[in-house]
Amino acid sequence: MQDETDLTSLIFGRLSLESIPYHEPILVVTFIIAALAGLGVLGFITYKQFWGTLWRDWITSIDHKKIGIMYIILAFIMLLRGFSDALMMRAQQAMAFAGSEGFLPPEHYDQLFTVHGVIMIFFVAMPMIVGIMNFVVPLQLGTRDVAFPFLNNFSFWMTAAGAGLTMVSLFVGEFGKTGWLAFPPLSGIQGSPGVGVDYYIWSLQIAGVGTLLSGINFMVTIIKNRAPGMTLMKMPIFTWTALCTNILIVAAFPILTVVLAMLSMDRMLGTHFFTNDMGGNMMMYVNLIWIWGHPEVYILILPAFGVFSEVVATFSGKRLFGYTSMVYATIVITVLSYLVWLHHFFTMGAGASVNAFFGITTMIISIPTGAKLFNWLFTMYRGRIRFELPMMWTVSFMVTFTIGGMTGVLLAVPPADFVLHNSLFLVAHFHNVIIGGVLFGMFAAINYWFPKAFGYKLDDYWGKWSFWLWTIGFYAAFMPLYVLGLMGVTRRMNHFDDSSLQIWFVIAAIGALLILGGIVASIIQFVVSYRRRDELRDHTGDIWNGRTLEWSTSSPPPQYNFAFTPVVYDNDSWTDMKKHGYERPRDGFLPIHMPKNTAAGFVLAMLSAACGFGLVWHMWPLVGVSFVALVVGFIIHTFNYNRDYHIPAEDVTRIENERSQQLDRYA
Amino acid sequence: MSFPRLRYGLALLPLTLLGGCGMVVMDPSGDIASQQADLIIVSTLLMLIVIVPVIFLTFYFAWRYRKNNKTAAYHPEWDHSTKLELVIWGVPLLIIIALGLITWISTHKLDPYRPLDRIDADRPLAADHEPLNVQVVSLDWKWLFIYPEQGVASVNELVTPVDVPIRFHITSASIMNSFYIPALAGQIYSMPGMQTTLNAVINEPGEYQGFSANYSGAGFSDMRFKYHGVSDDKFDAWVQKTKEQGGTLNRPEYLQLAQPSSATPITYYSTVAPDLYHAILNRCVAEGEMCMDQMMMMGKGESASAQNMNSDDMARKHKNGQDRE
Amino acid sequence: MTTNATDATQNLPSSHFYVREHHPEQGTLLGFWLYLMSDCLLFAGLFATYAVLSNSYAGGPSGADIFDLPLVALNTSFLLLSSITYGFAMLQMQLKRVNGTLLWLAVTGLLGAAFIGLELYEFAHLLSEGYGPQRSAFLTAFFALVGTHGLHVSFGIIWLVVLMVQVKRFGLTAENGRRLMCLSMFWHFLDVVWIGVFTFVYLMGVL
Repeated sequence: MQDETDLTSLIFGRLSLESIPYHEPILVVTFIIAALAGLGVLGFITYKQFWGTLWRDWITSIDHKKIGIMYIILAFIMLLRGFSDALMMRAQQAMAFAGSEGFLPPEHYDQLFTVHGVIMIFFVAMPMIVGIMNFVVPLQLGTRDVAFPFLNNFSFWMTAAGAGLTMVSLFVGEFGKTGWLAFPPLSGIQGSPGVGVDYYIWSLQIAGVGTLLSGINFMVTIIKNRAPGMTLMKMPIFTWTALCTNILIVAAFPILTVVLAMLSMDRMLGTHFFTNDMGGNMMMYVNLIWIWGHPEVYILILPAFGVFSEVVATFSGKRLFGYTSMVYATIVITVLSYLVWLHHFFTMGAGASVNAFFGITTMIISIPTGAKLFNWLFTMYRGRIRFELPMMWTVSFMVTFTIGGMTGVLLAVPPADFVLHNSLFLVAHFHNVIIGGVLFGMFAAINYWFPKAFGYKLDDYWGKWSFWLWTIGFYAAFMPLYVLGLMGVTRRMNHFDDSSLQIWFVIAAIGALLILGGIVASIIQFVVSYRRRDELRDHTGDIWNGRTLEWSTSSPPPQYNFAFTPVVYDNDSWTDMKKHGYERPRDGFLPIHMPKNTAAGFVLAMLSAACGFGLVWHMWPLVGVSFVALVVGFIIHTFNYNRDYHIPAEDVTRIENERSQQLDRYA
Repeated sequence: MSFPRLRYGLALLPLTLLGGCGMVVMDPSGDIASQQADLIIVSTLLMLIVIVPVIFLTFYFAWRYRKNNKTAAYHPEWDHSTKLELVIWGVPLLIIIALGLITWISTHKLDPYRPLDRIDADRPLAADHEPLNVQVVSLDWKWLFIYPEQGVASVNELVTPVDVPIRFHITSASIMNSFYIPALAGQIYSMPGMQTTLNAVINEPGEYQGFSANYSGAGFSDMRFKYHGVSDDKFDAWVQKTKEQGGTLNRPEYLQLAQPSSATPITYYSTVAPDLYHAILNRCVAEGEMCMDQMMMMGKGESASAQNMNSDDMARKHKNGQDRE
Repeated sequence: MTTNATDATQNLPSSHFYVREHHPEQGTLLGFWLYLMSDCLLFAGLFATYAVLSNSYAGGPSGADIFDLPLVALNTSFLLLSSITYGFAMLQMQLKRVNGTLLWLAVTGLLGAAFIGLELYEFAHLLSEGYGPQRSAFLTAFFALVGTHGLHVSFGIIWLVVLMVQVKRFGLTAENGRRLMCLSMFWHFLDVVWIGVFTFVYLMGVL
């Protein structure tokens, strides 16, 4: 008997049947729905005999275009989860007044606000921007793929593995109850003895590896893989923002890795980095996590800025105003983002000179940011603006983000921050800039590049519904929060005593419902667009009269992107080519050197996920075996020197001729 | 586009509601807080110099240069203007210089550590004034207030006289919290093993909300206290009442109080062990613990092995797992 | 259609708009260098943490009490020597001498293993005295910084052995040459980090 229990606890660690939340009705219902939906999807794939294609063409694909699409699909799925969390929080806060406890048990609510933040930042916003960069950057550079295609596949699956581990925490165990940055001592082993913070740590460590490698990949791609003639100052502006974003990723993510490792050592090994006693210093954690955290938000916004630059120029039918100044503004923002981190904790008591210094550096960032905004305005000036969906999202962004930026500069004044820190005013501010900036940017990007990726435009009618519901919903959901912050209401409360506040929370909940409508509308948009794809077909590859190289390819582009590498003479190279009477090559195609697909990325990422799960539950045999398998698997992969092949010239000729014929028909 | 005006109005919403609607941050009762509220207004107005034109131009340009408006000029190759760039970079730069100066000055003036130099805008304070000292400890999940000069303490209720400068000495028992009374002054973190200081003064008698502004666990939402600003007489009366009614707060009672509990009712203590706050701050309330300030005075070369007395303490603490917080 | 691709390019002119044959430059070395810079930041975080916690002895030992400088000097010389021997291996690689390369790689690996061995001995000794990473924040930061460096060296040794097998089996191909260059950068980088460690941790800890 004793041997059996010892063996069980050896294999299963602290995992037991009690870890599964049978007694939480909300979770049980969620599980049933998720399981049914999951079975439905699996059944559908089986019915369509899609498994082979799925494995060959998607899971093992090293094609940046496919990987980009997979990132965005992941982001959308996680958006549904993260937004459900938001709906539940809004509902709870709209209900729980003056004695009423709402409908969520407090320990459930405390996990909600933590996991909502983690999912939205790490598994929605990050995959979206990385996905867009994946799809667009090589095409804009006139090259065939990123510098390290296998690594690209591995990066995606590591991100997916991290997301998966977080999702598992919903049904097996629990998530952290610490807020999305998990400050110790609350996140230490005594403050949070359960598995929640461990799920947090290992999900982020796994996803973080993927992101860091992606950062390196794109930096090398942009530096080394540009088409001939494309100097840095002739790159599309989106690739400039992508370059700066990836520099930020490479420079910031190691800090996240190291600080989470230290937290995990405190929790698992009893060390004293951040403990209250024996010399630990929790202020070190706050500093380190925000030294990562602030560049992280610039990682999120810079690609969005790049998207808006492309969209404004294209839909105004004009060159981007002040390209050089935009590039320098981006670089200044990148550098300055490292000098502001303390503004997240002015209230920790660092003293007036330190606080004032960081407040002033924070304000200085608003200068290049404002310059960008003006440059977009003056791109519109004396243009001919077409209000397609990407442009609508851009105009909404320009107004919304400006307001959010203003409240940010306000919070950058330390004495003002002393009364607004951690209040709902702060919550309103960062949602203002992330939704108004990052999310609207991603919707603009998706509507803009979807035709390129799939060969047909997205439906306008449902797109407009989504746009208006999101915009109005955002204001309804978050303007009340500014008011509540000024009324002295702090964040992360699961019930309130003062009933006079309730009306504001109700308005915010209505706003959240409007946003739900926006999300539903965009799902409908995808479905309807697919159904109407023949009507919405993009025949020429250049549906918007684009300005950059990706619009010179077919929609969707061939696997190899460009049969012949374009030569670049000016910014807006595609516009330049069209102006100079570009003619497609009709013959003389050569075999094209391409990397092979691989299962290694998927396998290694799944092993990492298993290792992470084992670490969470202290299942040491699982940890040992999966870690060794990981190392051995990687070594075996390095013995594979045979990673590429050539697409025969005949195939290239056939594909290119098909395109030429299509263009002849529709041009 | 029928919604531009609505969005424009929403953008100004915060300002239009500044005066009332119970927005305590904009209408506080303490001098520090009211200076902070003024700062919010000044900063917002400075920024509106840029924000208003930007939002206006966004809508105006979107309208005027729409594709169907053939009367508007179309200059597809125009992408540069040095003059415009100078304005685009220069005007925000000037505003930020102004705001930066305001920031530097106000951050120093309103530094929570800085002793007050005025009761309100009309009444300055002498540099050598004696503030009322209050020691604040954030526990799981309640607030303990100790009045060292009066020798009393209370849980979840704070009382101070009006127009008297107060100096709060703040620490935490275990988890980081944030001591915040919006009507009085800005907030400041409370951290275990460390002390922060807040200087403030309340100018109007009344009952105000106080709470923790940093999430600290399960009982966080109930971690609220009442703050009463009262006349000098009423304050003395309150101290007197506490001395008569309250219990004792020595180390054993404190350790009992430090056990996790939430929605703790208001409690009074008529006597407080004089070194209790020092022990809380240096994390040596429990039997046999070494105070952090003593530990830190053991510099290099004075290892535990060299100091037998201390190594026993350390070993015991280590063995009891008390060092694993 | 000719079978040889390059013949085709030589006969047909490129157009104004495109080139027929374009191979982007090899990005492996730049990519690895960028990874090393990110690793540098990882160590920077550990150094910063060490700096903050380096006086938090919690009544326990300080650096002066526990650092064995002669041992560390020996350790350091092993590691620095191993960088030189790796350099010799690279010279042999330039001369296309497989056996010479393998010999000097082996010596490097042995020196690296000696470094790790001595470090493990130092750690074991400290643990037996009760001066493990759980004893104080200073010791936590010490073990984390020095231990992370040691882990990197250990993975470097595994990588070195794997590369030796690959060079033996497949020869000094262009791909293996790139991998040897990457390991070279890694190895020298760890050397530089170690110089930082023994200066700021050991030497200054004892002063």
